[in-house]
Amino acid sequence: MDHPIVEPNMYAIKAMLILDGDGNRLIAKYYDETFPLVKEQKTFERNLFNKTSKGSGEIILIDGLTCVYKSNVDLFFYVIGSNKVNELLLTQTLTCLYESVQKVLGKCFEKRVFMDNLGSIFLILDEIVDSGIVCETDSRSVIQRASIRTEEQQPLGEQTVAQVLLSAKEQLKWSLLK
Amino acid sequence: MAYAGKRGDKKDDETAGNPYANLDRTTVLQEARIFNETPVNVRKCSAVASKILYMLNQGEVLSVREATTFFFAITKLFQSQDVNLRRLVFLCIKELCKVAEDVIIVTSSLMKDMTGKEEGYRAAAIRALCLIVDPQMLQSMERYMKQAIVDKSPAVASAALVSSLHIATRSGAGLDIVKRWGNEIQEAATNENPMVQYHALGLLYQIRRGDRLAVNKLIAKFTAGRHLKSPLAVCLLVQMVSKTIQEEALQGTVTASLFDFLESCLRHKNEMVVYESAQALVNLRHSTGRDLGPAISVLQLFCSSSKPTIRYTAVRTLSQVAMTHPAAVTACNMDLENLITDSNRSIATLAITTLLKTGNENNVDRLMKQISSFMNDISDEFKVVVVSAVRALCFKFPKKHTLMMSYLATMLREEGGYEFKKALIDTLIIIVEDNQDAKESGLTHLCEFIEDCEHVNLAVRILALLGREGPKTKQPAKYIRYIYNRVILENAAVRSAAVTAMAKFGAYCPDLKSNIMVLLKRCMMDQDDEVRDRATYYFYILDSQQSGLYNNFILSHLQVSIVSLERALQTYISNTTHQEPFDMRSVPISAEPLTVEDKKLLRDEIQGARAEVGREEARAAKTGATGAAPTTAAVSAADMYVEQLQKIPQIAALGPLFKSSLPTQLTETETEYVVKCIKHTFEKDIVLQFDCINTLNDQILEKVYVQVESPDSAFVVDGTIHCPSLPHNQPGTTYTRVRIPPDEVAATAAFTSVLKFVVKDCDPATGEVESEEGYDDEYVLEDVEVTLADHMQKTIVPNFAAAWDEFGNDSEHQGTYGMNQYKNVQDAVDNLVRFFGMQPLDKSEKVPGDKNTHLLLLSGVFRGGFSVLVKCKLVLSDSGVAMMLQVRSESPEVNEAIIQSM
Repeated sequence: MDHPIVEPNMYAIKAMLILDGDGNRLIAKYYDETFPLVKEQKTFERNLFNKTSKGSGEIILIDGLTCVYKSNVDLFFYVIGSNKVNELLLTQTLTCLYESVQKVLGKCFEKRVFMDNLGSIFLILDEIVDSGIVCETDSRSVIQRASIRTEEQQPLGEQTVAQVLLSAKEQLKWSLLK
Repeated sequence: MAYAGKRGDKKDDETAGNPYANLDRTTVLQEARIFNETPVNVRKCSAVASKILYMLNQGEVLSVREATTFFFAITKLFQSQDVNLRRLVFLCIKELCKVAEDVIIVTSSLMKDMTGKEEGYRAAAIRALCLIVDPQMLQSMERYMKQAIVDKSPAVASAALVSSLHIATRSGAGLDIVKRWGNEIQEAATNENPMVQYHALGLLYQIRRGDRLAVNKLIAKFTAGRHLKSPLAVCLLVQMVSKTIQEEALQGTVTASLFDFLESCLRHKNEMVVYESAQALVNLRHSTGRDLGPAISVLQLFCSSSKPTIRYTAVRTLSQVAMTHPAAVTACNMDLENLITDSNRSIATLAITTLLKTGNENNVDRLMKQISSFMNDISDEFKVVVVSAVRALCFKFPKKHTLMMSYLATMLREEGGYEFKKALIDTLIIIVEDNQDAKESGLTHLCEFIEDCEHVNLAVRILALLGREGPKTKQPAKYIRYIYNRVILENAAVRSAAVTAMAKFGAYCPDLKSNIMVLLKRCMMDQDDEVRDRATYYFYILDSQQSGLYNNFILSHLQVSIVSLERALQTYISNTTHQEPFDMRSVPISAEPLTVEDKKLLRDEIQGARAEVGREEARAAKTGATGAAPTTAAVSAADMYVEQLQKIPQIAALGPLFKSSLPTQLTETETEYVVKCIKHTFEKDIVLQFDCINTLNDQILEKVYVQVESPDSAFVVDGTIHCPSLPHNQPGTTYTRVRIPPDEVAATAAFTSVLKFVVKDCDPATGEVESEEGYDDEYVLEDVEVTLADHMQKTIVPNFAAAWDEFGNDSEHQGTYGMNQYKNVQDAVDNLVRFFGMQPLDKSEKVPGDKNTHLLLLSGVFRGGFSVLVKCKLVLSDSGVAMMLQVRSESPEVNEAIIQSM
């Protein structure tokens, strides 16, 4: 049998997902009509999470889709493509997504801080993939283009009083614990 | 914003009010009022914008009015010059523009941002803008787009290129506009930035893909220069080259330099490119036959990579190769064996299945053991893949069935979804039916499985199988207990299947009959109608003591297509007289009942698994869909003909359709006129259907018909139905009716056939006729042959010996033939099955080993509804194969016709 002739295609990414430690959706971007209904998307996410949350590995074939994934504490990152797509492209995209988010969150790479920076995360996703086409695979460019102020650059004056207080409280608690 | 030094207790984090918890559109809509305040409070507005995005992302669906309200609120934020906020505004616009109305009003603001000085949001503005504009508006902003494509900022250039690509793929009008930017895109392709290169190359291909010459130029330019820095761009180029090679291969002219390019990419420093080209080379192999060696050795290296994804890609590609060229993969067997213990289950499973495909009889045992050690951990989809690999293996090494069987049985007992269980049961059923030695143990395993089976579907299938195969085993009695247990414990669907299965035992095994009748009698008290009806029905048939009835009403099932039966019954009901009883013979017999069709499909798949790449994967992807669809398609082909023919009054008058043959080509496929013929057999006539295609674009054919003649036989041509007009490339159909001579002896004939028509010249472009005057012409076709098979339908007789005896010696005709053209028995059997067009029974179509004698059993229904049974005794001697033929049927004429046609 001859292979059907494959049309060169830049629309490689079907979806990018970020789920929390219980498999709930934090951010989900679907770029084509594989799962047209929200209900189908959530079922797929649940299914994907169940299969990937405990096992090791970074790639899985599920419902005929190739999914690459990576996690940290209570954040799970997924990039999904068809089973025809170059898997290494998916991995590269995932790495870019992961590193960009890491740069934004800094040392506190976990859900709560993630939620605090949700706006920036949306911008990151927008820079990495546009309607299924990979736009950027270098996390430094992504951060720069999304014009996100990472923590080092943030002037103290920009923090609200509440934030400063909270921060002080945390540090005090930490020193007491010692 | 994040801040350093926060080391909180996790519990606190969870409870400290998450602003995004429990958002709903009413509250967010309330909060969005803050957008109206001046001056804009950047921090608060950003937070609300994020909330809107988050809410939409969670799947909240807005009405058009709500979306429009949000949209207009957000446009207020254009007052603020804060970069981050503006970017969030763009994102909201992109999300809302799908639902909201009047989104067009932001065009000018976006255009300003796109061309403005602020680097931070130019690219994002382009993306948002291109999502909103239609091709008409696009013309007015063409200038800006061209500038953006060659902008010195890579972000802007990329955004412009990608957006152009979206526009070009969205609509034809968009594509036409983007085509005008060719020069700018060319320039962008030489940009220093790798991503810009990639996007430009993709867009160049998109606007030129219709024009093969232009694509070839594009490829030549970029393969020669080696100035593509971006690995992504090179991958794209590899895909283009691979597509071009495949297209060229179809025409038989492959440019060698393209191959050299692919092979050079195997040495690229980026793994993504290496993999892309290896994959391309492996897939090309089928059309070109170049050496796979270099690609395979690259994949072999990948097998020992530290990155799971790379190992996965390697083993996945190798498993594809293994389906067509197991030998090529053997070199990697050692590496694959190491991967069996891989921590990533997907990799381990693929490694195993690949090894199973390339494996030999000796190491199968070891592999199977390894599989069972990790079956529990893998996903159902992969389990199905493993099962189908095992199934293929069973056919490759029939002697290993004990091992396979026990392995499959263990899997049956394990956890798993319906698809997985179904794959297992399918496999077991095929083994049981095909492998005599494995039958008993297989049935026992299946019996144990239905003791605790949650899937009604599977239980019913197994019970049907038990009914079919169980009575023929040495100790049929032992299955009765399992079956009767189902009657006691299960729901109505399973109970009725069990009753049917029991009845079959009763009908087949005389010594079990009295016991079965006792059990059936108990079932007659069942609370379900269907179960009760079946039990009563079977009980009274068994009670009648007539073996003929057993055969017709218990052992064999309905052999007509359900759709045709429904149609025939409807005609009967609407016919008001009801003087005569409904005649079952008027219903066309379906070629083969569904179950057989199903099995065929699976069997084809097994053969396919050896010969075809990609199938397996498709199965893994869509395990559900493949099972049912082709079956229904096969069944409906016959029904489709019936429907088609019923519409033609001359043909509808001939009565019910008995059989339609498969299409035969009467021309070469690449001639001026392509004609194929389908023979429809009726009770007294044959209708020849000619499907014609006119491949000449400067001609229209009119009054098309096929003239057939058969000087040597008694067949009479009885009329034709013309095809009035046959334009270029539109299929047309003409029919010729032939009356079958009333004496049954002459069943076969050969017809010479000539396509006759009036030619009119026409304009190739518009198809308009240029001159009204045409001229007669003709075109000689290959002969149409009516064979014995056209008069015969396949039927399945469950108990051949009983049916044979029932006809008795009086209705038998015999003949002895020498067939010197066959050098072995299997060839002779294959040809006989094809010649008679009858159903081989009891697996007699397969000659076991190299035996010199064989008994072929066939059953069918002759035109007019006469059942026919045939026994062929074949003996191989030095001079060829000798055959003794015995035919039994209800009609001596039919026997004569069959004997004569030999």
